[in-house]
Amino acid sequence: MTTETSTPVKARADLKTGTERMTVGRWVVWLLLLAGGLLMFFPIYWVFVTAISPGGLAQGSGFSLWPSRIDFGVFARAFQQQPIGVWMLNSVIISAVSVLISVFISLLAGYAFAKYRFRGRDILFGLMLLTIMVPIQVIVVPEFVIISKLGLVNSYWSVILPSAAQGICIFIARQFLVALPDELIEAARVDGASEAKIFMRIALPMSGPLIAVLTILTFVWRWNDFIWPLVALQTPDKFTMSVGLNSLNGAYAHPWDQIMAVTLISMIPVIIVFLIFQKQFVQGIAESGLK
Amino acid sequence: MPVHDHAVADGVATARGGRASALKPAAKVRHARGREPRLAPWAFVSPSLILFAVFAFAPIAVAVVLSFQNVQVFGGGTWVGVDNYANMLSNGLFWTSVRNTVVFTVGTVPTSAALGLLLAIMLNRKLPGRGLIRSLYFLPMVVSGVAVSLVMVWIFNDDNGIVNAFLQATGLPRISWLSSPNWAMLTIIIAVVWGRIGFCMVTYLAALQGINPSLLEAAQIDGAGSWRRFTNIIWPLLNPTTYLLIVLNIVFSLQAFDVIYVMTGGGPGFSTTVLVQYIFRSAFTDGKMGYASAVGVFLVVVLLLLTVLRNRLSRRSKDLT
Repeated sequence: MTTETSTPVKARADLKTGTERMTVGRWVVWLLLLAGGLLMFFPIYWVFVTAISPGGLAQGSGFSLWPSRIDFGVFARAFQQQPIGVWMLNSVIISAVSVLISVFISLLAGYAFAKYRFRGRDILFGLMLLTIMVPIQVIVVPEFVIISKLGLVNSYWSVILPSAAQGICIFIARQFLVALPDELIEAARVDGASEAKIFMRIALPMSGPLIAVLTILTFVWRWNDFIWPLVALQTPDKFTMSVGLNSLNGAYAHPWDQIMAVTLISMIPVIIVFLIFQKQFVQGIAESGLK
Repeated sequence: MPVHDHAVADGVATARGGRASALKPAAKVRHARGREPRLAPWAFVSPSLILFAVFAFAPIAVAVVLSFQNVQVFGGGTWVGVDNYANMLSNGLFWTSVRNTVVFTVGTVPTSAALGLLLAIMLNRKLPGRGLIRSLYFLPMVVSGVAVSLVMVWIFNDDNGIVNAFLQATGLPRISWLSSPNWAMLTIIIAVVWGRIGFCMVTYLAALQGINPSLLEAAQIDGAGSWRRFTNIIWPLLNPTTYLLIVLNIVFSLQAFDVIYVMTGGGPGFSTTVLVQYIFRSAFTDGKMGYASAVGVFLVVVLLLLTVLRNRLSRRSKDLT
């Protein structure tokens, strides 16, 4: 009897103050979450620990989660023995230019799809969305033929141009720009502003969050791109970080501490971008998935 | 007709009262002719259109054409009708890769969705250090497939991996995670699920935050425990999200390549050869471009059917909210 009456009262009190007391159950949930989170983080931790352990902390005999000796010299050695600086620079150039083009053309196209009615609009939009469904493996051969006809094989542009055409970016841009108030555009038109000016003065200034989301998502995707750069880039001096990293795997036995050092270096840029822009990244993922 | 024309026309209609209904269509048409620019949208679309035409539409069209041809490496092709498709259906390795694709999809999709839901519910409340804990689960999302693969290859290494060392330390037998055809697929599924939990969690968290808290408060006041609140209120409201997430995850799984390519290359034997792997292999290792394209077209058709399903569900979810 006492519990029946007290529970709703207690619940109401909690709701009223807006604070949630840490009960035993809540602590159990918290501990489970923390343990799971640490398990999720473990592979990243393990990359780091392996890299700084001389010989890569092989677990042949014992079992240890922390190296007995630490050697940060591995990073210097990795830079000496592999052209990591070059790969990093290639990745930065390719990702940056590709993101710039992608964001720019997706904003323009997204604006047209969102705010104009023109013949063939829905078909064109549909076709661009359809490309999301086509795995790169399916078109990799014709794509390579096109790139070689254009004389772009093994150049930055061979990766930048195909990866700048992203159906998903146009989709996200359109979904965002559809929400811009039509009254503003209409009013500017009545005032005699040109269509280009309306885009520059009204749509663009209101697209800050959209540009942020698109930039962050595409940067992470382009940085991590693997299969197309693997096909299009053929000499190690043109490799991106992912392709270079893959070249360390397999036949040529590299020591594991060095492989993990390069892996860690390859992850650092996206992890930094992610930690700084986590909110926009998460929002972008949630929105592009839900709508 | 774009929304703004309706809005303006409606405004005119209300201002003119009763007569407006007769005038409305005419006003709308005149309005559209006078205001709606014809060239501007094409100017805005053209940069995308050019890039898509050259680097997306053209290769897709060529792939479809190739699928009906017998092509020697970068040489000319001869027309063979549906032979490639017929060969595909009678090829044992094609069916092996279909089966592997199904196993991989069934292994990754429900697992990551269920874990994502569980985490989202646990995290959708005030807890100390919630932001940090959330970041721990999100972080794998941004790690590249190649990096994930190398880490997992090292962690699951037969002789020197931490997982086997842990198993041995606890008295369990060591497992040939990547060199045994029986275990390799499971190892790959673990690696992929690790990277995908964050995505499912984010999507569920967004959906949970859209649930009206007063519904849950009312149920709580009526004495419904947390399990009852979940089964009777939260789960039904999350249904559209669950459907969408499952379809999206199936699409991701059908396209998954990097992790398998780097971790096992489709082996040992063909135990982890999924369809995209098989397509890549047919084109580059076997040099059968036409045949590879036919398998590719088959896969794209499956993906398109899933998209149609997704759109249906998406429309349904809009009706519900």
